[in-house]
Amino acid sequence: MKRTTKTRLTRGVMYAIFVAAVAALVLAADWPAIQKAFFNVEIARELFPDVVVIAAKNTIIYTAIAFAGGMVLGLVLALMKLSPVAPYRWVATAYIEFFRGLPALLVIFTFAFAVPIAFQWRPPGGSAGAGLLALIIVSAAYIAETIRAGIQAVPKGQVEAAHSLGMPAGWTMVSVVLPQAFRIVIPPLTNELVVLIKDTSLLFIAGMALSQQELTTFARDGVSSVGNSTPLTIAALMYLAVTLPLTRLVAYMERRGARGR
Amino acid sequence: MTSTPAYEHAIDVQQLHKSFGDNEVLKGIDFHVDDGEVVCVIGPSGSGKSTLLRCVNQLEVPTKGRVLVEGVDMSDPETDLNDVRSRIGMVFQSFNLFPHLTVTANLTLAQRRVKKRGKAEAEKCALKNLARVGLEDKADAYPAHLSGGQQQRVAIARALSMDPDLMLFDEPTSALDPELVGDVLAVMKSLASEGMTMMVVTHEMGFAREVGDKLVFMDEGVIMEEGDPAEVLSNPQHARTQEFLSKVL
Ligand SMILES: Nc1ncnc2c1ncn2[C@@H]1O[C@H](COP(=O)(O)OP(=O)(O)OP(=O)(O)O)[C@@H](O)[C@H]1O
Ligand SMILES: [Mg+2]
Repeated sequence: MKRTTKTRLTRGVMYAIFVAAVAALVLAADWPAIQKAFFNVEIARELFPDVVVIAAKNTIIYTAIAFAGGMVLGLVLALMKLSPVAPYRWVATAYIEFFRGLPALLVIFTFAFAVPIAFQWRPPGGSAGAGLLALIIVSAAYIAETIRAGIQAVPKGQVEAAHSLGMPAGWTMVSVVLPQAFRIVIPPLTNELVVLIKDTSLLFIAGMALSQQELTTFARDGVSSVGNSTPLTIAALMYLAVTLPLTRLVAYMERRGARGR
Repeated sequence: MTSTPAYEHAIDVQQLHKSFGDNEVLKGIDFHVDDGEVVCVIGPSGSGKSTLLRCVNQLEVPTKGRVLVEGVDMSDPETDLNDVRSRIGMVFQSFNLFPHLTVTANLTLAQRRVKKRGKAEAEKCALKNLARVGLEDKADAYPAHLSGGQQQRVAIARALSMDPDLMLFDEPTSALDPELVGDVLAVMKSLASEGMTMMVVTHEMGFAREVGDKLVFMDEGVIMEEGDPAEVLSNPQHARTQEFLSKVL
């Protein structure tokens, strides 16, 4: 009896604090200022259609390229890391640890500016293309670890069954292990995709012509040209329109996965 | 097989040793299975039955000694291991069907990749073997939608689809509900009556007595006793065999 009374009392206090905090925020906030800086309808209207047909479109294109490239390179690295040949394992481990240990921004900056100057190299797509290459290289390190975990989660009996039928290692990997591994890693890979969508914003450091701009660069340029923060709000809404459904999808897949296939 | 084979035994295991680290699991096994023979292997848990069976098709690599399958030395680096394996069917305790493939695809995958059969030919062979295990109607099902007994019969059909010369069974009924054991044993019995060479690790003493040509009792990595199944089961010579049989019979 005593215990339930105590619980109820604690709950009541927690609700009271919550309501007080919300009330304080609502009363203290300078609503007109917020609206003027972040929700200016006139400025928002001016951003269309460019924010969609240029910025959002480029964000999606960059994400797709970085993800596709990261998948290919990540798969190769995962297979190297599981190789019976030790030097392959060393190279893969070194690569993965190196690029997971660095800030993506540093790698992008290096590829966009330092590498072209050092090697007299003109990257395709200019510095944006070089930045994108850096994004592929970084995301491959994360994707490799995800795929490796998926491959190792496939029961050993599957490989043994394939071997007992005379299937060589290569076919066993392609026809038996990888299809099951990919099914296992769809949720974590979708998470990688969400991270990548947001990480395309780091390309702003590469400096891009208008036609190349993705959402964050576009919004930042918008802010400095109109002297108002509404472009940031619009960009944020654009990101959320894509990332929220994806994270919901992952949560759904994980719930379904937890129930067993 | 019409001509006399160019080998002495279908499976010939000589002085086989296998260690996992410091743990010596097989301590000098001499063992053979002849063409058309059904040899059952019994013994307590951990005695090395599975390890012996898995050394035959090199799922485990022996530490010492030789394994000859149809006269081919399995440890010889010149041996085309996959070629020999494709002639050895193996059935696992846990079925190990490929869950992402339909029953038919389970049966045709290795036929197409290893035996290089065309799609139509492989499917025809698959269907024939599904009929042999009484599951033609499950051709398009996924393994997850089958009972354990059905899955194990599909696994047998998958092995048979490679037209193996001999079959290895590792406790094929141990993971099954009691009422499903009979169907699988019936399939194995009909295989034996068709003259299939079989090495069967099992706890089914009835099957060993009825179908087996030879019974081998293993304990702690050695073969303690072997002989005619009825003889070994009713009149075991070794104290260890007597003790084991008194527990399981
Ligand atoms: N891959 C492995 N690594 C290390 N030890 C192993 C491995 N496989 C088997 N062993 C050990 O070898 C011994 C014999 O195992 P094995 O599976 O051959 O026994 P078994 O007779 O088949 O037993 P059961 O009736 O339980 O299947 C056991 O002690 C086991 O722990
Ligand atoms: Mg065993």
